[in-house]
Amino acid sequence: MTALVIFIVQLLAPVALAPLLTGFVRKIKARLLGRRGPPLLQPYRDLARLLRKEPVLAHNASWLFRGAPYGAFGAVWLAMTAIPIFTTSSLNLGLDLIAIAGLLGLARILIALAGMDVGTSFGGIGASREMTIGALAEPAMFVAIIALAIIANSTALPDMSRAMGDGVGLRVSLALALGAIVMIAIAETGRIPVDNPATHLELTMVHEAMVLEYSGRHLAMIELGAMLKLTLYLSLIACIFAPWGIARDAEASVLAAGLGLWLAKLAIGGLALAVFETAIAKMRVFRYPEFLGAALLFGILGVVFLYISQHLK
Amino acid sequence: MSGVDQWFLIGMVHAMFVVLAIGGCMTNRWSALIAPLYALAALACLIGMVPALGTLIAADAGTVSRLVLPVGLPDIQSHLRLDGLAALFLVIVNLGGIAAAVYGIGYDAHTSQPARILAPFPLFLAGMNLVPVADDAFTFLIGWELMSVASWLLVLTGHEQADNRRAALVYLTMAAFGALALLMAFGALAGAGGGYTFEAMRRAMPSPTVATLAALALLLGAGSKAGLAPLHVWLPLAHPAAPSHVSALMSGAMTKVALYALMRGLLELTGTPQWWWGGLLAVIGGLTAALGALQSLTQNDTKTLLAYSTIENIGVIAAALGLAIAFRASGQTLQAGLALTAALFHALNHSLFKALLFLGAGAVLHGTGTRALDRLGGLIHRLRWTAPLVLIGCLAISAVPPLNGFASEWLVFQSVLDATGLGHWEMKFAAPVVGALLALAAALAAAGFVRFFGIAFLGRPRDDAAATAREVAPSMLAAMAGLAALCLAFGAWPGVPLASLTRVATALVDPSGVLSGPLLDGRTAWLVVAPHGELTAVYSGLVAALGVAALTGIVVGITSMVSSGRVRRGPAWDCGFPDPSPLTQYTASSLGQPLRRIFGSVVLAARDRVEMPPAGAPEPARFASTLRDPAWHYVFDPLIGLVTRATERLNLLQFLAIRVYLSLMFAALIGLLIIVAVAR
Repeated sequence: MTALVIFIVQLLAPVALAPLLTGFVRKIKARLLGRRGPPLLQPYRDLARLLRKEPVLAHNASWLFRGAPYGAFGAVWLAMTAIPIFTTSSLNLGLDLIAIAGLLGLARILIALAGMDVGTSFGGIGASREMTIGALAEPAMFVAIIALAIIANSTALPDMSRAMGDGVGLRVSLALALGAIVMIAIAETGRIPVDNPATHLELTMVHEAMVLEYSGRHLAMIELGAMLKLTLYLSLIACIFAPWGIARDAEASVLAAGLGLWLAKLAIGGLALAVFETAIAKMRVFRYPEFLGAALLFGILGVVFLYISQHLK
Repeated sequence: MSGVDQWFLIGMVHAMFVVLAIGGCMTNRWSALIAPLYALAALACLIGMVPALGTLIAADAGTVSRLVLPVGLPDIQSHLRLDGLAALFLVIVNLGGIAAAVYGIGYDAHTSQPARILAPFPLFLAGMNLVPVADDAFTFLIGWELMSVASWLLVLTGHEQADNRRAALVYLTMAAFGALALLMAFGALAGAGGGYTFEAMRRAMPSPTVATLAALALLLGAGSKAGLAPLHVWLPLAHPAAPSHVSALMSGAMTKVALYALMRGLLELTGTPQWWWGGLLAVIGGLTAALGALQSLTQNDTKTLLAYSTIENIGVIAAALGLAIAFRASGQTLQAGLALTAALFHALNHSLFKALLFLGAGAVLHGTGTRALDRLGGLIHRLRWTAPLVLIGCLAISAVPPLNGFASEWLVFQSVLDATGLGHWEMKFAAPVVGALLALAAALAAAGFVRFFGIAFLGRPRDDAAATAREVAPSMLAAMAGLAALCLAFGAWPGVPLASLTRVATALVDPSGVLSGPLLDGRTAWLVVAPHGELTAVYSGLVAALGVAALTGIVVGITSMVSSGRVRRGPAWDCGFPDPSPLTQYTASSLGQPLRRIFGSVVLAARDRVEMPPAGAPEPARFASTLRDPAWHYVFDPLIGLVTRATERLNLLQFLAIRVYLSLMFAALIGLLIIVAVAR
């Protein structure tokens, strides 16, 4: 019974709270820029409005264009469900960190294909850049996974979270892996300096260019998917690098504390993101390799330092 | 099933192939024979599956049946042997054979010279069916060369085009080189005593020098056939030149037979392997994978693009095999078994989705008459059934869950993680590098197949050929649908094929049975793939498949409840300025441009040349993109130059007077005598 309740919370809480997180980040950014900003709940209203509206499809849009937003959202949602947000004693879904990366890859491919379906140049430019970012981020992600898996001896997130929670000491390699994963997260969620979620200037768009043809409920699914992806990456970082308070047994008070701490971690992550985004400028497309190359380098250095520390032990 | 029955069936299959080849010669006159001949070829492959599947599923790993035929060289005879590894590769070959033959019924219905395909086609299948069961060097090489020569004839099917003739020449040269290298390897292993049966080689313990020489020769011989860099240069020329269903067989099955030779040779015949063979193979595999994926992304020909992607996947399998060898040399049999299982599973999966994609490219060629990606577009509206089938293949090869490509790549990545625990520092450092290369290859492949599917099937037609394309024959669709169904099934239930594959792998890396634990947890294999006990991560294809399907269904259900459910059609938005010309879409070249510039400018010396006319001038702007394959530039072009110069010099020997020839012979005799005298 408890397991079922935990599973349902795991399934629904992130989706329910993802728009709030996005609203929070937007609010903080606006305040940092001296504006009052939209209300915190504005993303919910936007989504409700989009859901009510009738979508307009291009004449030559195919079944793939109509189905991709749902499929991509389903993949991101499943990946989110596999991340232990407040307890490691939840249902073992059999999806480890590599599978989560794979599911996010599935979502990316579906949206990129949908971007090319209508046959406009903006869809193509977005798909091309999105797949480029993916190709640069994936090796870095895998090397970071190697570094974490050497410490935790597993690629399953509950194991990683538990291993980190047991105290592995303050390690240089952990800091490097954290740096790598944060950079990958910024690139994958389409935040500044890689992409700008607020831009509508044609030549700087990546994600926005791909979904330019979408409207109505299809656009709502894509927007909610992007919000969920941000929640996913913040939860992922929190679960590995800040495993404090993640419950190990199914006791109600511990679970509630874990849930509360998860919200706090999301808020801190969102705050840090807003400050970082305000402080930095968007970079050119051909600077991506340097940015994500640095992430790869961090990952490799992390692995090397781990070898050395194991050797010295 | 008893051993005798198995060999009877295998013999029957080969007899059928010979009869079919003879029948194939007559199809130019009687074109009504085409369909029945292909149907019989499919039946022969189906019969060939029976003993293979029987060995693979029913029996446990140690089951081996042998047969000695009193034909062949005197004193050697022909030795045949069917064990788990051979059975697996027979399954791969014959699955591909069935799909290719069924597809051929529709594909070749209106070919002008069908005998060019139908005569060598059964012989090609026969060669690939013979190699895995051969148990002596002589029989092995007969099968190997039959496979090479028959596929060479198939590459020459379209010999009217100069490109195809060049491809066939390069292919024949590389095949001859590969066979020579294999001959050397077997010669070294047989030793002075001439133990040419594999049984004798297994028993003999070659000295480390001989074993290393044989291993390197095997790597050259089998590696060139499989397409390992830098010996891959023939593959992207020859595979696309053949008819599409033959391309599917060459990429899906023939490269796997070459990997079979590599596995058999390096894990069984060369005695105890040395760790650095595995390290070398893993690094070559990682580089091959990244190079193949990158080049696939730069090609504008549908079938060439697929051929480069074959190189990528061969690299992945070779990397896993290399890790298996390194583990075995270090005495970690459990990890070796997992790495080998990963290699075998990816070989099986690649044979499925690559055959599917080549058949899909053939359907596009059949429907539109072109292989040029930049002339296609919008085929999802014209090839209504082909499009979703090809999409399944694209997702499978992009290694995303819940398809089978991800399941095997997941196992490969788990092996890479294992490899960080190897004892040698070189291997420890190679592991993350190989892992990063494989991850890069997977991501580049995903980009490449978004490009392939997006340009060919999505968007607006760029050409009349694409706008008026017609859906292909039912037999072609049936072949593709069968392969797609297997991709889905092996993705959702990877535990089912893995149950057999782990037994095969265990028998190979651990013949004496001292393994400390099971490779995969047997009880839950239906639900999850759980590697050996030291790694606790699991992957459940079923949860991934059902999870994505269920959550997508929930979302569709909820949105249809809260929204009106209607849609309106209108012109494309395109930021308010839609251009009616389909030429304003992104092209294949422009889609790959960022990655071509980031990686290709160094590795492939990719250069884009843009000529813009001055403002107001009426002449058109021009764009040209040039690339070069580093293997051609650094290895083969210098080699060809060297051979050409040497032959020009030696050509002088043809025009000498007889007294000079006599003195040359005399000098040679004296020279040999001196060598003999010194050697004594």
